Amino acid sequence: MMADAFLDIADLSIVLRSDRAHRLLRSVDLHVNPGEVRGLVGESGAGKSMIGKTIFDILPRAVEAVEGAVTLGGTDLLALSSNARRREIAAAAALIPQDPLTALNPVRRIEGQITDRLTAILGFSKKAARDRALTLLEEVHINDPERVLRSYPHQLSGGMRQRVLIAAAFAAEPKLIVADEPTTALDVTVQKQILRLIAEMQAHHGTALLFVTHDLGVVAKICQNVTVLFGGKVVEDTDVKGLFAHPAHPYTAALINATPRYDRPDQSLLPVPADVIEATRAEIAKADAEWLSQRGQTLKAAS
Amino acid sequence: MADIAQTAPQSGPAHRRRPLPLRLVLSGTWLLVVLICAVFAPFIAPHDPLAQDLLLERLPPFWMAGSEPGYYLGTDGLGRDVLSRIIYGARIALTVAFVAATAACVIGSALGLIAGYYRGFVDQIVSRIVDIWMSFPPVLFAILLVAVIGTGLHSVILAIIVIDWIRFCRVVRAETFVQVKLDYVDSARVAGFSRLTILIREVFPNTLPTIVALLSLEMGIAVIVEAILSFVNLSISTDDPTWGGMIAEGRTIIYFAWWVLVFPLIALFLTVLAFGQFGEGLKDRFDPVLQ
Ligand SMILES: Nc1ncnc2c1ncn2[C@@H]1O[C@H](COP(=O)(O)OP(=O)(O)OP(=O)(O)O)[C@@H](O)[C@H]1O
Ligand SMILES: [Mg+2]
Repeated sequence: MMADAFLDIADLSIVLRSDRAHRLLRSVDLHVNPGEVRGLVGESGAGKSMIGKTIFDILPRAVEAVEGAVTLGGTDLLALSSNARRREIAAAAALIPQDPLTALNPVRRIEGQITDRLTAILGFSKKAARDRALTLLEEVHINDPERVLRSYPHQLSGGMRQRVLIAAAFAAEPKLIVADEPTTALDVTVQKQILRLIAEMQAHHGTALLFVTHDLGVVAKICQNVTVLFGGKVVEDTDVKGLFAHPAHPYTAALINATPRYDRPDQSLLPVPADVIEATRAEIAKADAEWLSQRGQTLKAAS
Repeated sequence: MADIAQTAPQSGPAHRRRPLPLRLVLSGTWLLVVLICAVFAPFIAPHDPLAQDLLLERLPPFWMAGSEPGYYLGTDGLGRDVLSRIIYGARIALTVAFVAATAACVIGSALGLIAGYYRGFVDQIVSRIVDIWMSFPPVLFAILLVAVIGTGLHSVILAIIVIDWIRFCRVVRAETFVQVKLDYVDSARVAGFSRLTILIREVFPNTLPTIVALLSLEMGIAVIVEAILSFVNLSISTDDPTWGGMIAEGRTIIYFAWWVLVFPLIALFLTVLAFGQFGEGLKDRFDPVLQ
């Protein structure tokens, strides 16, 4: 299973540059097979976006990957020069970002922002790229694609912008799409439409999807497998049925109890108990201590 | 912009063409008047700005007793027509404004963009230079510089460039910092663009509204600096009409002929104010993020 994963993150640790003993991601393993829809779940600050940023080589300056491998379609990304890496990533994967308000460049028309990758990386002619953009906008159910192509981002609503970003993500037929909480910034009524749209586009194109969310309900609806992250550590990696039937980690079990269930609407919701969180933190602290004792010398010397 | 405004999708906020803000209209009109005066000075000015006539010295403006027809704003201590000198003075003021401010803008903005975008080593160097520059009081710095490299229009322009590029550098660097953190920069990287392409194509256009506003403001500042240098006699020769030079001359005879001081001062004040307002107005009107 690991061997034919399209995205394979192995043993990834990310630290703060200012304090290299402080890990934001703790030996994370994560893989996504071709065509698979995998949920990545965790509370705010768990490190979900960090994983996405590592894949796309857009980590903030304050942090650094100190350990681990990221393999995309059989290519070890970290072994490539940064130029080769960005071309490889652009051709194989795309990101649907969290905030459609800032993810589009305010001073550029929509057309260029959808066709960028086609013309720059895949060598499409301007005309061919435009035709492709029109088709994509129709696929994401935008009524007047010609007009939208000519518009600037501020002339579109939040939902329209997210549709545009979805179209842009699918433009170059990537093998993998990472959707980082793509509906959080949207109006509740629009959220469902966008969610349905992403699922629909994924099925239509057969793209592998890493869906980042903090909502297990959404995971139950659209994902096959799920990875649960707590404090930068993977606490659960299973298929969705197994997750709800017999969660392996107490934190996951507590998380399930804290999530509204569509199949059991009368069940009362319980907050994640403090002792579960304490126990999970202790587990992480223990793992950190081990990790540090193995690499402490070099890390401490640098910090 | 007109065609997009009309065909914009209905889902967004309203995009009817907004009326031009009043301050943009007023400041733009004044600047246009000054520009026309500067370009067509020989045709507009009623008199030769250098012609002295001791019989006509210190004539008051047209509405006061003792004025002469044709000398609308009166004459100075040497009998030269004040209005004509103000009109010719616009030439020097605008030359300095355009040349010095544009050069300072190009140099400062380029360094600011590079420092703000690449951070690290380049930023360290640029920031240290800016810190050092900031520790000099600018007007004193200008006077010193001109005193060292010699008086004249070229020196004035050079002094303004050397001093004021940091104004652009600091603001553009800060603006670039802000822009770089926005998600569209990450989007562009994910789409596979090199850092240089992203800087030029994505980040730079987003800093333009700020740069344009600052450029306009800087033109006003350049006008003031030129006036100050003329005032202390470090700009071009005293015969040539400059607003600062006129103010300096007017100061000595303020009790006998206030108009020699007041009219160039008004011209200077309005022009500097107009440059600042014009820049702000442009920014408000054309920054897509604010629309
Ligand atoms: N630029 C940065 N510098 C230092 N630490 C950062 C930076 N960005 C994020 N972090 C830290 O990294 C951790 C993981 O952040 P991340 O953005 O991945 O969380 P997340 O799981 O995506 O949360 P959310 O659901 O709120 O988006 C957080 O504890 C955060 O404080
Ligand atoms: Mg996040």
